[in-house]
Amino acid sequence: MSRKLEFDIFRYNPQEKSSVPHMQTFVLDETENMTLFIALNRLREEQDPGLIFDFCCRAGICGACAMVVNGRPGLACQTKTIDLPTRITLLPLPVFKLIGDLSVDTGVWFRDMYQTTESWVHTHKVFEDSAIEERMENDVAEQIYELERCIECGCCVSACGTARLRDDFIGAAALNRIARFVVDPRDQRTDRDYFEIIGNDEGIFGCMGLLGCEDVCPKNLPLQNQLGFLRRKMGITAIKEIFRK
Amino acid sequence: MQTYYSDLLVIGAGLAGERVAVEAAQEGFDVICLSIVPARRSHSSAAQGGMQAALGNCVKGEGDSVDVHFGDTVRGSDWGCDQEVARLFADAAPIEMRRLAHWGVPWNRVVPGKSFYFKGGEKFDKEEKEEKRGLITARSFGGTAKWRTCYTSDGTGHAVMCTMDNRCAQLGITVLDRKEAISLIHDGDTCTGAVVRCLRTGELEVYLSKSTAICTGGFGRIYKATTNAVICDGGGHIIAHDTGVVPIGNPEAIQFHPTGIVPTDILVTEGCRGDGGTLLDVNEERFMNIYEPEKAELASRDVVSRWMTHHMREGKGVKSAYGEHLWLDIRHLGDKHISTKLREVDEICKNFLNVDPRTQLIPVRPTQHYTMAGVRTNKDGAVYGLKGLFSAGEAACWDMHGFNRLGGNSLAETVVAGGIIGVKIVEFLKGYETQFKTDVIADAVRKQEERMHNLAHKTNGTENVYRVREELQEALMQGCFVFRSDPGLKTCIETLKGTLEKARKVGLVSNGVGANHEMAAALKIVGQVKLGLCIAQAALVRTESRGSHNREDFTERNDRDWLKRTLAYWPEGNDMPELKYEEVTPVYEIPPGDRGYGAGKIIEADKAEIEAKMIKR
Ligand SMILES: Cc1cc2nc3c(=O)[nH]c(=O)nc-3n(C[C@H](O)[C@H](O)[C@H](O)COP(=O)(O)OP(=O)(O)OC[C@H]3O[C@@H](n4cnc5c(N)ncnc54)[C@H](O)[C@@H]3O)c2cc1C
Ligand code: SF4
Ligand code: SF4
Ligand code: FES
Repeated sequence: MSRKLEFDIFRYNPQEKSSVPHMQTFVLDETENMTLFIALNRLREEQDPGLIFDFCCRAGICGACAMVVNGRPGLACQTKTIDLPTRITLLPLPVFKLIGDLSVDTGVWFRDMYQTTESWVHTHKVFEDSAIEERMENDVAEQIYELERCIECGCCVSACGTARLRDDFIGAAALNRIARFVVDPRDQRTDRDYFEIIGNDEGIFGCMGLLGCEDVCPKNLPLQNQLGFLRRKMGITAIKEIFRK
Repeated sequence: MQTYYSDLLVIGAGLAGERVAVEAAQEGFDVICLSIVPARRSHSSAAQGGMQAALGNCVKGEGDSVDVHFGDTVRGSDWGCDQEVARLFADAAPIEMRRLAHWGVPWNRVVPGKSFYFKGGEKFDKEEKEEKRGLITARSFGGTAKWRTCYTSDGTGHAVMCTMDNRCAQLGITVLDRKEAISLIHDGDTCTGAVVRCLRTGELEVYLSKSTAICTGGFGRIYKATTNAVICDGGGHIIAHDTGVVPIGNPEAIQFHPTGIVPTDILVTEGCRGDGGTLLDVNEERFMNIYEPEKAELASRDVVSRWMTHHMREGKGVKSAYGEHLWLDIRHLGDKHISTKLREVDEICKNFLNVDPRTQLIPVRPTQHYTMAGVRTNKDGAVYGLKGLFSAGEAACWDMHGFNRLGGNSLAETVVAGGIIGVKIVEFLKGYETQFKTDVIADAVRKQEERMHNLAHKTNGTENVYRVREELQEALMQGCFVFRSDPGLKTCIETLKGTLEKARKVGLVSNGVGANHEMAAALKIVGQVKLGLCIAQAALVRTESRGSHNREDFTERNDRDWLKRTLAYWPEGNDMPELKYEEVTPVYEIPPGDRGYGAGKIIEADKAEIEAKMIKR
């Protein structure tokens, strides 16, 4: 059954003076149940220990290993080679800063996003050790969790036309983050507070609604619904703002 | 060289590390948190099951209390835990779950009315009460007397990690990713920070601090087969152990799980067997019913792992490109059950194996899962041997798990211990002054520069780091896995002594420039082999079976001689660890007794000695 796989991999190490961006080809025998996690590690351990790429959980739950596989952003660890042709092209995600070869800096991008969206529950209530917890309906809890499933892989951002054109666009992951707090009854922010953050072209009005984001999200987050939901909410808030002035 | 300063340096930004950081930051201290990967990618986010706390809100949790939780934890540890610590833990857990709810965790809640649940493949009814509507609910987990495991759907670790990281962002805590601590800065008495390699540039940086906390998680990756993330490689243990004055507590205490999938050892839930799945061998025949006629596949984790390994040794394993394995069969559970109750297993099979569990078998093998072993601390989280150094979470041997960690107790430990130890660090920091000695700092940096230079220039040799690591992993799989015995352990130690020699002669194949992975692997290989030797040596000396530590040649639990905790030191220049021992717990609320499962013989401790240490609550 063994196929010979040819990997065309983007190479560039910005820390190395002599390094120039180029594609390099590696050959590997396919084994049973091979994933790109197994293949890339074998390439690094057996052929080129200088190869730079990221994996962490290798189980599709941490988001570390997103890259562009044959033209499409996705998680390398849950990509099986058997689902790919024998020629496999691997590129780093666009939009994010390149660290080297297939590795990009999603960490800094997402930490900035937490600050922009103020990604925490805003409340004046104070926690009391001895008090029983505040009640919440289970459906609400599940609704919040559904939006919190984002693993910050960055696939949606790298597939987004707007994000590629303007680097101040906050992206689908950030808008989804806002939606998560909008549905959380513990967060006391009002629509106007959210409007301050996303009621502009860097936010919800910059989105062209072409939905590259939802198509590539490995967690199948309902990004389309959330974008629509926020656009309506912010549209109404915008009209109210105009009449207030 | 960049130098950064803080009151508290937290190495590791998983749940334990961030919880510690939050506590100190709330008190106004300046905190820096370091992590190899963005905080939310820490292994804490992989935990799906849930975390234990005796809230007693759901109907199957009625009558639960912190005392029952305490008892389960002590029994679960096979009387290997510190009972003072287990008590602190059980008492604080409910408060900590509510605090998490306040910060934003979307816990699943009690829904009043009738519903059903499965136990051993059978269907039962239950009815939740109206008065409990909307309170935090719980699910059932192995080894617990009541339903006590709080959860958010199938992503508890992820949800709690998001909330904790959000809390850090809110408090303005500096959380830096792609930073790997590669040595502590200390003078033999006091720890004053760490030397860190930036994983973006490959450059060294210095982090000076009044206090330092090691929260780097487990070290499953020194085993070939493990459910752990690739970053769970012992970095934190190694830098502490390398000081020569910090011991690793109970290195022989490593937990194995029966069903990691082959090849990548991703965990498939115990629920498969709970709901009636069976284990098959190379001839597609059942075998657990032969070894354990009563419980068969439903025996405890350690027992099933043991028989699976035994059966493969008998030549009944399935050969594959990734080594031998067995089969898990859930075909007979049918489409409806698999696509609803075992959805996550269905997805793992589809995403990683190309297997449809409705018609095909799942390749599985016992797999390293959890390290009870860790950096030894006292009940305040202060590390033995160095002032100003603390540790929490899976990295630490605090020691509430003893020789076996109960499901749901470790995720809970991260936040509970993080909270308790955070408070202790705050107490420590109040009014504390330290001196940053320039010669100590310069020396620490110079040593690391030298190591990196030697590796890149192959000054010590040309051993390949990946080959050496493989040798370590194989030796541990052979000698220090589910089964241990005198000859097996001795062979393992002999092999590892040779591996240590090779580890010291590693040279890089690549140039090591920038975010180079081979350099990262090479910088910790000697420390990893040392950890392996600590496990093997401690397992050889401990002539009994307790919890996950199974000696084929000493099958009884020996409380007479082994109610002790191992402390493995590695003084500089040594070729083997030095083992010392301490009493397992200063007090007993529950005297040693039967664990209630995995029954073996117990050699009893001196009754008068135990009696003298009994306390009442
Ligand atoms: C598959 C799986 C499922 C699990 N499910 C459950 C469950 O349902 N319930 C339960 O109770 N427990 C479960 N556990 C166990 C539990 O998840 C872990 O014990 C716990 O999350 C450990 O948390 P931690 O904060 O101690 O470490 P981690 O979350 O592992 O974090 C370690 C941190 O240290 C950093 N780090 C490591 N080395 C260095 C270094 N040298 N320098 C700088 N930073 C470093 C890492 O980047 C990371 O940020 C599970 C474990 C696994 C493997
Ligand atoms: S729908 Fe909006 S956020 Fe999504 S890819 Fe298109 S422009 Fe980007
Ligand atoms: S929304 Fe989906 S694609 Fe975007 S970062 Fe989150 S998980 Fe990745
Ligand atoms: S390595 Fe975690 S998602 Fe791929």
